[in-house]
Amino acid sequence: MSIERLYRDESSRILATLIRLVGDFDLAEEVMHDAFAAALEHWPGHGVPENPRAWIVSTARHKAIDRLRRDARFRRKREEILQPTMLEDAPPPDPGGEGSEAVDDRLRLIFTCCHPALGVEARVALTLRTLGGLTTEEIARAFLVPGATMAQRLVRAKQKIRQARIPYRVPPAEKLPERLDAVLSVTYLVFNEGYAATSGAELVRRELCAEAIRLARLLCDLMPGRAEVHALLALMLLHDSRREARVTSGGELVRLDEQDRSLWDRDQIREGLALTEAALREGGAGFYALQAAIAAVHAEAERPQDTDWRQIVELYRELLRRHPSPVIELNHAAAVAEACGSEEGLRLLDDLDRRGELSRYHLLPAARAQLLARLGRTDEAAAAYRRALALVSNEPERRFLERELARVLAESGGAVSG
Amino acid sequence: MRYMLLIYDREADWAALSEKERGELFQQYMSFTDGIRKSGHYVAGDPLQPTSSATTVKVRNGKTVTTDGPFAETREQLGGYYIVKASNLDEATEIAARIPSARLGSIEVRPIMEVGG
Repeated sequence: MSIERLYRDESSRILATLIRLVGDFDLAEEVMHDAFAAALEHWPGHGVPENPRAWIVSTARHKAIDRLRRDARFRRKREEILQPTMLEDAPPPDPGGEGSEAVDDRLRLIFTCCHPALGVEARVALTLRTLGGLTTEEIARAFLVPGATMAQRLVRAKQKIRQARIPYRVPPAEKLPERLDAVLSVTYLVFNEGYAATSGAELVRRELCAEAIRLARLLCDLMPGRAEVHALLALMLLHDSRREARVTSGGELVRLDEQDRSLWDRDQIREGLALTEAALREGGAGFYALQAAIAAVHAEAERPQDTDWRQIVELYRELLRRHPSPVIELNHAAAVAEACGSEEGLRLLDDLDRRGELSRYHLLPAARAQLLARLGRTDEAAAAYRRALALVSNEPERRFLERELARVLAESGGAVSG
Repeated sequence: MRYMLLIYDREADWAALSEKERGELFQQYMSFTDGIRKSGHYVAGDPLQPTSSATTVKVRNGKTVTTDGPFAETREQLGGYYIVKASNLDEATEIAARIPSARLGSIEVRPIMEVGG
């Protein structure tokens, strides 16, 4: 195995183990890089060791011990977190317990990075940095913040882990469902950040979708019994299967009913459908499973007119019953418009509009505009598109709304002829 | 590792309690404190007199300025504290969640900085 390959495939796992062994994120990262540098020096002459990963871990651990012995100041700083047992050559005895090798260290790392005592932005950044292996610069670009801001965010998060002593462990059974929710929502947030935005640093943003899917796959491997993890992976695979169709080569957004469905990734859909079914069967109608089921209904329709909208309405209704939210109400209303007619959908949207909860959300006026246009109420449709345009922040979505507005205005001009 | 658990709640809420309710809350505090003493987490803890008894002191240009009241007027006031020993933040937050005032106000969990030996 080449050193580059080892680094790419195994560095997050090695880092996760080293954090457990040396008890500190920064020190673990530093000595891991030292160990890889040592490998570059030694392996060409001496041959690649039998277990390269173990070699790196053990070399890095010795480097940590050296560093702590050399640097008394450093040692004092770390004293409280670095127990003496961690520094001995033999691995600490821990049969089947908390620190046991039986648990993949990456699982500990995920739960620590997504600890509720950290701010949501910090959780996302730390997860991408340590588990995704993205550089600070890459994460900063993906979230459109200056590199220094992102670096500061990471420093603060690691500092809090150290100072408040956020434990490096998989939470106990009674806390697991709640804590797993936090992990899943961070993963989904990473995905949506990549999926919702299609402008600017486009490649990096697509990378975020891929990264979220990779994380969910890892979680599936590490926690095979959890249906909600499978459901989240299914949901992301099904959405991501449309990536080639939902944006034109010129970066323009394409509506679901206007997408070239032959561009949808069939392999990914197959996998997503199978996972959705399994998740529904084993875990029931959870938050992600229901959304995956909705995406699955779309994925199964060969043409837009084949879409089983009644089923989608039912799924949204169930989702609303379990997880009431104005955004889900909005989606429900849009599905009702397809299943039961634009009038019916518009009535629900108007109710939602009056309640004012989504007054800053551009997709509400955009959805109203679409239905108003269908009903031939072009002046009102144009007004709603203008309202949506005043709220939208994403470039391709803004251009999309402008095109729709132009379309409505053209129709309104020709309205006399029908 | 030691954590300080700072108890913030509204003095007005306490004042609004009936004699009986206040007695119950006091009992809850007694049994909570007793519990963390027995489990070995307890290091220290006290309720504080209300902010109406507070005095703020600062020294500017060598001159001591003393003013009536707390440093800042906030919705919730510091009403008491505990210092506990816990092995990590999760253990500390679990203890904090059992403080009776957690249901009325909020508890700030702060790791104590260990200075020198």
